[in-house]
Order: sequence, then structure tokens, then C-alpha cells
Amino acid sequence: MEASLDRIRVQAGAGAKAPAAARAFTNPYLAGFGLGLVLLATFVLMGRGLGATGAFAAVVASGVAAVSPEQAVANPAFADYLGDGNPFKSWTVFLILGTFFGALISGALAGRLRATTEHGPAITDARRYGYALTGGAIAGVGAKLALGCTSGQALTGGALFNVGSWVFMLAVFAGGYGMAWFVRKLWK
Amino acid sequence: MEMIAPFYKAGAFSEETSLVLAFALGLGFGWFLERAGFGSAKKLTSQFYGNDMSVFKVMFTAIITAMAGVTLLSAMGVLDRSQIYLVPTFLVPQLVGGLIFGVGFITGGYCPGTCIAGIATGHKDAAMYGLGMLVGVLAFSALFPSIEPLTQVTSMGKLTLSDLFGLSYGTLTVLVVLIAVGGFVGATVIERRLAAR
Repeated sequence: MEASLDRIRVQAGAGAKAPAAARAFTNPYLAGFGLGLVLLATFVLMGRGLGATGAFAAVVASGVAAVSPEQAVANPAFADYLGDGNPFKSWTVFLILGTFFGALISGALAGRLRATTEHGPAITDARRYGYALTGGAIAGVGAKLALGCTSGQALTGGALFNVGSWVFMLAVFAGGYGMAWFVRKLWK
Repeated sequence: MEMIAPFYKAGAFSEETSLVLAFALGLGFGWFLERAGFGSAKKLTSQFYGNDMSVFKVMFTAIITAMAGVTLLSAMGVLDRSQIYLVPTFLVPQLVGGLIFGVGFITGGYCPGTCIAGIATGHKDAAMYGLGMLVGVLAFSALFPSIEPLTQVTSMGKLTLSDLFGLSYGTLTVLVVLIAVGGFVGATVIERRLAAR
């Protein structure tokens, strides 16, 4: 996959002296306006908002159901995502599949598809992977406890004046700023 | 009777169609996340060091855009906002969950949605974050039966800022837009000060 992406880039750059540089990111207000219109369209069409945590929960629930069906049925944290049919036939799973391809198309058109690992100069790739895994697990716990993440709570609930979502959003910024100094070596 | 939005709730199309729409809306979501630069952990975490406040700018522009849209469409009588699903408020779990989530965000470099944009554009650290998400969700869910009462303290039901402050959605929309614009100016001042240092 990575090798084939590199080959595509090389072919795209063939004939030119150097491969085309990645294009600059879109102005944040313009990107935010586009994101807001997608969210508004979701409200108008579906009567719900965007979200990402639900898709992760659906993957986890179906994994547990495959290994231990009794536990999956007995625990509502899994059972709620299984329904009576295929858990992958869920709305959030299709949304996240679309998200993947939308980002892929955008990245491809902007020359931003590249196998890479980002971190500050003070740490190695391996340490970054460890922190990424740990941070993901911590965020997973936080999102489950809060009933949503930056998409399902902050963005969606924020636009709907949901009290719990605004509390969540302010807490996310507080937690991020509070922790930033301690993990600055990861990024600086 | 004339049909008003949300259209799925009004029975305008089937569940199968809703899944097609989910994919299409996801395409737009992923497109704008990637366009904003949110496939990159460095871009995302810059928010917390003050040198690039794009996370705040993109998020609040998106929030006020959708917010103003819902308020306008409701005022025009073409959208019934009471039909849009609202996550119930559990004050302390959402406060604590947000703090935990923020720590995970700055440590892992992504949030669940942006890690998908990162994976799609080849960021291997985003894939590790996604694996971590699965571990965290599994751990919480496995413990859920024993901690369920704790997750439901300070339950306040479906509660909006309009209910809480007794202000109309129109007034609140104007207030939040003004606060957001003030925030954008402030964020840009901070970025410039830190760049000049």
C-alpha cells in the first residue's frame, strides 16, 4: 500500500524536475464553513449529527460478538451496537467509511498522500507510536464516558446548544491545555 | 400535510437510502477535515501550543454555520429542531469525559474523526491512535456493567442552553456568533504574538 502510493507519486512527478509539493491547507474559516454546511445537511436530512465514536464501538462490539457471543449480548455497552442484524450495517459505520474516502480524495488531489509519522525532533517513531496508542485509548475511554467525541458531542451538540456538549467541549480544551506542557517533547 | 425536515424522521426515505446518504455526508466530512489540515497530528496539536489555532477556528466556524442554519430554517418553518436527536446531559460524566478526552487528544495527536482523515492520507501514527481508540472503547465497555451507575450521575435529561438561560434560539445564535468572532480575533492575536517571539 505504502510502496504503491510512493510509485503513484513518482509517476505523477515523472517529467517534472521534482515531485509536486503538497498544496497548502484551505483557509480555516472556509474549511469550517464547508464542515458546517455538511453538519447542517446532516441535521436537515437525517435529524441527527456527525459522529465517529459510534463506528469504533460498532467494530469493538462485532469483535466481541465473534469471540464471545454470550458476553456481547449480556453487556449493553456491546449489545446496543449489535442490534438484530449486521452491526456494520449501521449509520455511523457508513459515515466513517465515507469520511475515509472523502479525506483520501482530498489528500490525493492536493498531493498530500504520503506514508509518514509526525512528531517532534526529540522522539523516535517508535515512541510516537506508543504515545499515539496510549492517547487513543485514553480518548476512547473519555469519549465513551461523555457519550461522544469532538464530532458527536462538541461539533454536533455545540451547534444544537446542548448543555452537556458545551461542557464537554470546554473540558476537552481544558484537558488539552492542561496536559500540553507535560507532553511538549512529543511535538516540539 | 406538507413535509418538513428532518426528512428521514418525516419518513421521506428508507433506511437503505439513509446509509447511502451517510456515506455521501461522510465524503463531505472527510473532505473538509483533510482540506483543513486535520489529517496531520502536528497541525491539530499546534492548537495547544498557541502557534496555530486552526482547530478552534475551523470548529467554531462549523458550529456557528450549522447553528445559524438550524435557527434560520426553523424560523422559516421548514425544519422542526425538536426532531433532531440531542444527546442527554450528564453533567459530571461529560465534564470528566471531556478532560480525559483532551488529555488523550494532546497525547495521541488526533481525535476519533480526524484520525480517520490521518489514516486515509498515510499517517501511520493515526493508525496507531485508531487502534488505541478500539482498546479504550473495549476496556470501557467491558467495565461498563460495574461502573454504569457512575456514568449516570448528575443526569439532566435533554437540556439546551435555551432551556437553561431562558433565552430564544435566535438570541443565543447571535450571542454565540459574536463570542466566536471575538474568539477568532483573539486567537489570531495570540498566533501573531507567538510568531513574533
